[in-house]
Amino acid sequence: MGLLDRLKAGLKRTKDLLFTDVRDLFKSGEPLTEERLEQFFARLIATDMGVAAANAIREELRKEHLGRLVDVDAIWATVKAQLKLLLKGGEGTSWNQTEPLSALNLGESKPAVILVAGVNGVGKTTSIAKLANLLKKNGKSVVLAAGDTFRAAAVEQLTLWSKRLDCEIVTKPAGSDPASVAHAGCSRALEIGADVVIVDTAGRLQTQANLMKELEKIHRVISARVPGAPQEVLLVLDATTGQNGVIQAKSFSQAVHCTGLVLAKLDGTAKGGVVVAIRQSMNLPVKFVGVGEQIDDLEVFDAEQFVEALFA
Amino acid sequence: MFESMTRGFDSALSFFRMGGKLTESNIDGGLRQVRQALLEADVNYDVVQQFTDRVKAAALGQDLLKSVNPSQQFVHLLYQELAALMGPVDHEIKLRKGDVTVLMMCGLQGSGKTTTCGKLAKLLQSQGVRPMLVAADLQRPAAIEQLRVLGAQLGVPVHAEDPSVGPVKVCQNGVAQARKLDVQVVILDTAGRLHVDAALMKELEEIDRKVLPQQIFLVTDAMTGQDAVNSAKAFNDSLELDGCILTKLDGDARGGAALSIKSVTGVPIKFIGVGEQLDKLELFHPERMASRILGMGDVVSLVERAQQQFSQEQLEEQQKKMASGSFTLLDFQKQMGQIKQMGSIMDLMKMIPGMGKIAESFGAMNINPEKEMGRVEAIISSMTPKERLNPDLIDHSRRRRIARGAGVAPAEVNGLLKQFNEMSGLMKKMSGMGTIQRFQAMRQMGNAGFFDPTSQMGIPKLRTAPEVGDRRAAEEKKKKARKEAKAQRKRNRR
Repeated sequence: MGLLDRLKAGLKRTKDLLFTDVRDLFKSGEPLTEERLEQFFARLIATDMGVAAANAIREELRKEHLGRLVDVDAIWATVKAQLKLLLKGGEGTSWNQTEPLSALNLGESKPAVILVAGVNGVGKTTSIAKLANLLKKNGKSVVLAAGDTFRAAAVEQLTLWSKRLDCEIVTKPAGSDPASVAHAGCSRALEIGADVVIVDTAGRLQTQANLMKELEKIHRVISARVPGAPQEVLLVLDATTGQNGVIQAKSFSQAVHCTGLVLAKLDGTAKGGVVVAIRQSMNLPVKFVGVGEQIDDLEVFDAEQFVEALFA
Repeated sequence: MFESMTRGFDSALSFFRMGGKLTESNIDGGLRQVRQALLEADVNYDVVQQFTDRVKAAALGQDLLKSVNPSQQFVHLLYQELAALMGPVDHEIKLRKGDVTVLMMCGLQGSGKTTTCGKLAKLLQSQGVRPMLVAADLQRPAAIEQLRVLGAQLGVPVHAEDPSVGPVKVCQNGVAQARKLDVQVVILDTAGRLHVDAALMKELEEIDRKVLPQQIFLVTDAMTGQDAVNSAKAFNDSLELDGCILTKLDGDARGGAALSIKSVTGVPIKFIGVGEQLDKLELFHPERMASRILGMGDVVSLVERAQQQFSQEQLEEQQKKMASGSFTLLDFQKQMGQIKQMGSIMDLMKMIPGMGKIAESFGAMNINPEKEMGRVEAIISSMTPKERLNPDLIDHSRRRRIARGAGVAPAEVNGLLKQFNEMSGLMKKMSGMGTIQRFQAMRQMGNAGFFDPTSQMGIPKLRTAPEVGDRRAAEEKKKKARKEAKAQRKRNRR
């Protein structure tokens, strides 16, 4: 199954939500009324894209089509164009689908360090396994650092993955300082000349100041061990997250300068729209999307296809 | 929690607070802001619509416009409607006599099911009930392990089997096992999926049918956006939920789910998870939530937290000490430690009506009450036990020693002692009063800055009289300045 199909399957519910109602909303030959626009606005809100983004789309529709007879295709073109604009940000960033590593900035020197953070239960550890798998498939050697020393059994979970993926893992007993695990992981990578180190961290809520400080420390320790690292700081976001995602992006960026998002659990959720709001307010791009429960279900994010899949 | 919603309401209400007249058009304006705030907080669109419609209808219908204090009435109206949106709730878990009570937990992946199982077990334990955990989540690698660790931490038996047995059988065996053990409640930790799918529902329905749990709880992540309602609906359709447990409410979750779930599905939220530790599961009270969302504080919860921390005997003893005037710095130190355990000062402040804004302004000004309290603690810790019992002992030299030990200026030690003296005097007076008078006295104390660990803050480090070395250095400095000025004048002349 190609990416487009998978994305389509993943976004099916969003599409259903938008499309079925929308088909009733906009009928060819009727004039477009404020009432219809308001109803469409409600559907947009239901995708979690946020009031600001939904307003932007509604405004655009109002400007272009209000009072005219409905031309369904033209309306869709407007909606799509507006969404793509919102998603790509100012620079029109997008990545090469055929080279999945193009989304990652791995730098010149070895090893490149990828720090992965996020709130509890978003799928950090699974995303790391998927990312490691992707890197290995593209000929990179990977060391995992099991930095989630807090949650019961998190280390075991990652160890299990490392065995399945046949890559090296550095662990420490539960309750150890996660920064020391990160340090050991970097050291190990330097020792064996690995290409990439992926550092797992415990889930934390952005309001827990002490844990955010801990994250800063991990970041500091990594830069001290490997100059210029971490090259990538990925924030993992649950695709069902609502507007809280924006705050998450803000606070984590403040602590460790996130370079991109991983949108996990996109399959089967009705949402994922919050990435629009994040892109709009933070200019932080989505780099990868988790589109299934299998190890291969991690894809490079493509705004064009995301939008196409949404309305195809 | 709910800060963004509170801010939204606040800006909507600010107009009315300024004493503006209520007219239909400015009720509309206010409600538009309320609507925006609710939507930004992930409240379901239909719920928002119904809510604002209801408030408006009620506002116009109640002759609100003509009432004596329309803005207060309007706030009250919002409060009532918010509470109605989330309630009513019956928290009781009825225990069966002569048989084990089975509670089934379900929810999506990553919502915090397993942790919540542990928290619920802990809550039951604290009520004197003996729980047991059953690991029926055979999906997620390491879920069984996690439950085992939780069980060991709590001292609660955990029933787990090899994943090949199948979840239904594990649950049945677990309940059978519980009947043999001396256990009253069995908590089933079922598997989560990424989303509501047929296979999961089938599995859960089968457990429901064969094990017949007395109550089924849905565990939902408070950070979930608009989808929260959909999944709650789906679970409720096939399982008939008894209640919802909202987790991760300690973050700045906007809490839209809290407002939407009850009114869309009819399933009330019964418990909320407010922290990572196992004792951080609280009963959900719609009225208190409504009051917090409107920035009116939540004194009842504050008192309850205090009651958890201070036992009745402790309170009585302290009171006796206060009455007799023998409340010492040592007792004060102990009390501070206990207050700290109740949660962060900021959180506590937000629960006191009117203090929420102050807490927020602290954050904005980068003031950390925790740190200030630490300073007070450091000062007391730097005293000898004798000094703590009898602060009058502290003379000039002792004060210097204490200040050095705590890393503060000696004047701060003085300040603390002075405050403490005044406080114990007031306490003595208070102990002979009735409740109302006591409250008034407390207010007086509050005004004097006793409850506010930051009252001394913002005052730059006070200097004490300069010492000999300082004096000499100062003279040197003056001399040098004079010399330089002279040289400069010379240069200017040229």
